[in-house]
Amino acid sequence: MTVSARAERDPLIRITDLSKFFGSVIALQGVTMTVYPGEVMCLLGDNGAGKSTLIKTLSGVHKPSQGEIEIEGRPVTFNSPKDALDAGIATVHQHLAIQPLMSVTRNFFMGREPTRGWGPFRTFDLAFAETTVREEMQKMGIDVRDPSQAVGTMSGGERQCVAIARAVYFGAKVLILDEPTSALGVKQAAVVLRYIAQAKAKGLAVVFITHNVHHAYPVADAFTILKRGRSYGTFRKSELTREQVLEMMAGGQELDALEAEIKEFTRSDGDGGVAPQTSKTVRREQGVKP
Amino acid sequence: MSTTVSDERLRAVSPWRKLLSRPELGAVAGAVLVFIFFAVVAGDSGFLNFRGVVSWLEVSAQLGILAVAAALLMIGGEFDLSMGSMIGAAGMVIAIPVAEYGWPVWAAILLAFAVALLIGYLNGTIVNRTRLPSFIVTLASLFILRGLTIGATRLITGRTQVSGLKDAAEADPLARLFIGDIFGVPVSVYWWVALAVIATWILLKTRPGNWIFGVGGDPEAARNTGVPVNRVRIALFMGTAVAATIFAALQVLDFGSADVTRGVQKEFEAIIAAVIGGCLLTGGYGSAVGAVFGALVFGMVQQGIFFTGVNTDWFQVFLGAMLLIAVVFNNFIRRRATEAK
Repeated sequence: MTVSARAERDPLIRITDLSKFFGSVIALQGVTMTVYPGEVMCLLGDNGAGKSTLIKTLSGVHKPSQGEIEIEGRPVTFNSPKDALDAGIATVHQHLAIQPLMSVTRNFFMGREPTRGWGPFRTFDLAFAETTVREEMQKMGIDVRDPSQAVGTMSGGERQCVAIARAVYFGAKVLILDEPTSALGVKQAAVVLRYIAQAKAKGLAVVFITHNVHHAYPVADAFTILKRGRSYGTFRKSELTREQVLEMMAGGQELDALEAEIKEFTRSDGDGGVAPQTSKTVRREQGVKP
Repeated sequence: MSTTVSDERLRAVSPWRKLLSRPELGAVAGAVLVFIFFAVVAGDSGFLNFRGVVSWLEVSAQLGILAVAAALLMIGGEFDLSMGSMIGAAGMVIAIPVAEYGWPVWAAILLAFAVALLIGYLNGTIVNRTRLPSFIVTLASLFILRGLTIGATRLITGRTQVSGLKDAAEADPLARLFIGDIFGVPVSVYWWVALAVIATWILLKTRPGNWIFGVGGDPEAARNTGVPVNRVRIALFMGTAVAATIFAALQVLDFGSADVTRGVQKEFEAIIAAVIGGCLLTGGYGSAVGAVFGALVFGMVQQGIFFTGVNTDWFQVFLGAMLLIAVVFNNFIRRRATEAK
């Protein structure tokens, strides 16, 4: 996508000069980011870079200390995650808002149950709900064996997909995915990534937070790189290679450590399933600090 | 991971496995076993004749009324240890105005329910506001309520028992709902069944029912999807207090007297029945039907021991053992229900 083509469209989210302080701690300082509909913005950064603070601010958990958030050109203030949800910002957290002991259907419609009937005899329309869940999950290429099965019996990737499908079904315009692939094996991550691509094709704006450049790179249109609470800026995918992204995430000085990490990445990409965990361990063991 | 339309890993689940994942299975199986046991051991000494059946049904029913409400609250992730004290308090709120101030019985009953709603509201609000475990909050209300009941009763009447309600109760239209038999079966059994049906309907067929599971499973997640978590909790605490008041009305109006010590330890019995019925202590899982069968197991054991002629002192040993078995069994069920494939 060229710069001029982007300029013709209105951004879905525009964050201007956003800062968040917790007491004397500067969690975010002057972050500016713009996300367009039908685009995947990858938010990259090492631990403590401020990714979580930024998305928590976007999803209504925190109020910004300074700066502004605009949704479709209108400045917004969120007092609760519910406000953000109502404005069309759906967040799928690392800790999913999914109850493992409840059925897929009951989870999917939690808080927004379709009803049938009237007055005190209004009932939760489970038949409609189950059909809908089956259809929505089918669209993602997941055949829900039994919508009344407990979510706990599903794999990690399927659970992520339930949470994402729910957000999309309930009319999210912006999908914030907080490390959706970090706990998943390669094949499971692929399912989630494919669904991110589908959401993008539907015209949603996706903010995809991850540690894992190899998950981010294939689906991303742009990268915003955070480091120690500040933004390194936003880059189009065409401007960066994988290796450059990785380098910026960690800060350039620790190239030696990174090289080892990259080797670890490429090696474990091949044998499947352990990539994210291994890379984190390596990073920690080698003491890469910004 | 299934990525295709036809899932090669989809296999037929046997009905037995499906049944195993129901929360009430343990309690139903337990109830059947306990029934067979006492039918064999004490069948001749009255456990199976009409009077015998009514006797254990009535014990089960009274506890079951508490257990159904306690189960809903437990599924919602909280406990109410003040239920037993609420029974004593509600009994006095019915008895004192009638015996001391000449109120009509129906007015005293309505007052008791109003007080129950208020106390449930307070319990729920304190839990919501302080975010303390409800175990601690309602442990405090257990003592406060019991103390208030004893103190106020002695202050007003000079005694700890209030009697002489029988005639007034029998003539009262509202009190009739809590007295006597229908077709030889005590009214408490009808209350029990009706409350269980209503609770099951709410839990499985309505939006608030879905919210109860959500609030118990993960309150923050539920709140973020728009569930009115605080209102759900308050309603559930009101439910347990109202159930305790129904229990109190059944006893006070039937006996014609109230005692400040009524309902001691009932909160534990209700929780035990709910746990035998498959409710998890951590919330988010369980059923009202399970609590019904939990109470049935409880009533059959309590009365069954009496019919066997064994000293009823041993009842508590059975009770503790049953609780332990139920919890172990429930944990096993939960693992089955949640193990990732």
